[in-house]
Amino acid sequence: MSTTTAINVALTSGPRAYGRRYWVFAVPAAMVVLLVILFPWLFTLFMSVHDWKVTGDTPYVGLANYAKMLTDERFLYAVVRTLYFTAASVVAPLVLGIWAAVCFASKFRLRGLARTLFVLPMMATPVAISLVWTMMFHPQLGVLNYLLTSAGLPPSTWVYDASTVIPTLVMVETWQWTPLVMLIVLGGIASLPTDPYEAAILDGASAWQMFRHITLPLVWPFIMVAAVIRLIDALKTFDTIYVITLGGPGTASETINILLYQTAFAYYDLGYGSAMVVVFFVLILLISLLLLRVRQREDLR
Amino acid sequence: MNRHLVRRFLGRLGLYASVLLLVSPAVLFFLWMLSLSLKNELDNTAWPPVFIPNPPTLANFVDVFAKNDFLTYTINSVIVSFTATGLALLFGVPAAYGIAKSKATKAAALILIARVTPGLSYLIPLFLLFQWLGLIGTLVPLVITHLVITVPIVVWVMIGFFEGLPGELEEAALMDGATIWQAFLYVAMPLARPGITVATILSFIFSWNNFIFGVVLAGRSTRTLPVAVYNVLTFEQISWGPLAAAALIVTAPVLLLTLLMQKEIVAGLTAGGVKGG
Repeated sequence: MSTTTAINVALTSGPRAYGRRYWVFAVPAAMVVLLVILFPWLFTLFMSVHDWKVTGDTPYVGLANYAKMLTDERFLYAVVRTLYFTAASVVAPLVLGIWAAVCFASKFRLRGLARTLFVLPMMATPVAISLVWTMMFHPQLGVLNYLLTSAGLPPSTWVYDASTVIPTLVMVETWQWTPLVMLIVLGGIASLPTDPYEAAILDGASAWQMFRHITLPLVWPFIMVAAVIRLIDALKTFDTIYVITLGGPGTASETINILLYQTAFAYYDLGYGSAMVVVFFVLILLISLLLLRVRQREDLR
Repeated sequence: MNRHLVRRFLGRLGLYASVLLLVSPAVLFFLWMLSLSLKNELDNTAWPPVFIPNPPTLANFVDVFAKNDFLTYTINSVIVSFTATGLALLFGVPAAYGIAKSKATKAAALILIARVTPGLSYLIPLFLLFQWLGLIGTLVPLVITHLVITVPIVVWVMIGFFEGLPGELEEAALMDGATIWQAFLYVAMPLARPGITVATILSFIFSWNNFIFGVVLAGRSTRTLPVAVYNVLTFEQISWGPLAAAALIVTAPVLLLTLLMQKEIVAGLTAGGVKGG
């Protein structure tokens, strides 16, 4: 890293800057990164090709851990579940977040307060809100079923049935993370020029037409950024699922991340867990890059 | 009344209705949390549910502190979050300055990868490392792993701030014979103070909220608040009132900080799309 940055300094800051070694500033942080980020990666790769339990020998097994995943039904189901949960947890917050951003972009009384209240779910401690959601989901005494039945709707089984557990968790995820999408898209809207809108108003365009033909195309890059961030976070979701269902009922909400935790820290199969980490990481990276590629292609157009 | 005014009026009405619809899930949720924590057990399990505590009671909060070692957990959380944030500023602010000044985008990309990696994937190797070093059961592993969250947040937020600063003042200082270290410490740092505030708040909040590292690495007496609430209270099959009270105690500092510093927090989040873990 040091040589390339030094070259960068020389190239970008003119002759006088030569010899100003700004990279020195990054050395302490680089050492921290080495210890807590780079070392774990390398060691995970190393463990993933070993049969590594907490006690006893750790024989080299080559790619056996990876091969095992291909036939491990529990893992494969977890992958499908993760993709299902993630797709829904990207789309719902994105749609609601764009709607919220458009609302918060216009001026109204108490806007600051409303925006702060709207942001609270994403700042609140995930464990704390998960516990309260769990109480609200209670099939007999929970307030949500009370509200449903009061509105004349049938009560839901929420997280207590395999058929409703993932949609319910998506609802929690949406409640929690729509604000982040809103903030990113709002940042985009704030940076837009005002002239197209003035022209559109003169032409008698409706609010929907202005949104559809001016706002949406112009803030599209920001929406894509929000989508990538949401995608990564949804794939990684852990706290809420762990606290609310622990992957249950049965394994109905067991995502890769939860299975990973169980494998490594409940069954102490560290080798297999490490192999899962590697596959999981590659999956996250691939999907993110795919989305970024789509965005680049759109930029070219 | 002319049509233009009617349309305008309907537009405003739609806007207010939308905002109300969007904000109410958050508001009602936290009000319900507060309501649960202020009611006695009879009202909490009543059907139909009792919405407004009558009379409100603080017994649940007293209960949480009396029956558990919540004071220890609070102190643990404070130590871990403050130390992890402090160290992140110490390492991260100069690093961000170096990266911003030398325009090292590759180094910045490395930080992004830290953002992408699931927190769990650091834990298996670090768990073994700390076990070998005999550090499990102390607060050291927690502080070190929390750096995984805090350092990238600080670096990411601060790169943006340093890049936004005009370089002329530092140039002038350097012309007058200051070293780059002095230019950083006495010129750039004071100018970047708003950025440091944002970075501090965000890194503190996401460290405070972290659950996953504590679940794996904390011992009985080194639990942080989120871990304690989950472990201690749910395992004892405790009733709803104290559970809601404990949840509120854990998240209250974060909620208050968000309400008080909303401008800084929004600025930081919008810039970086940061989130811990």
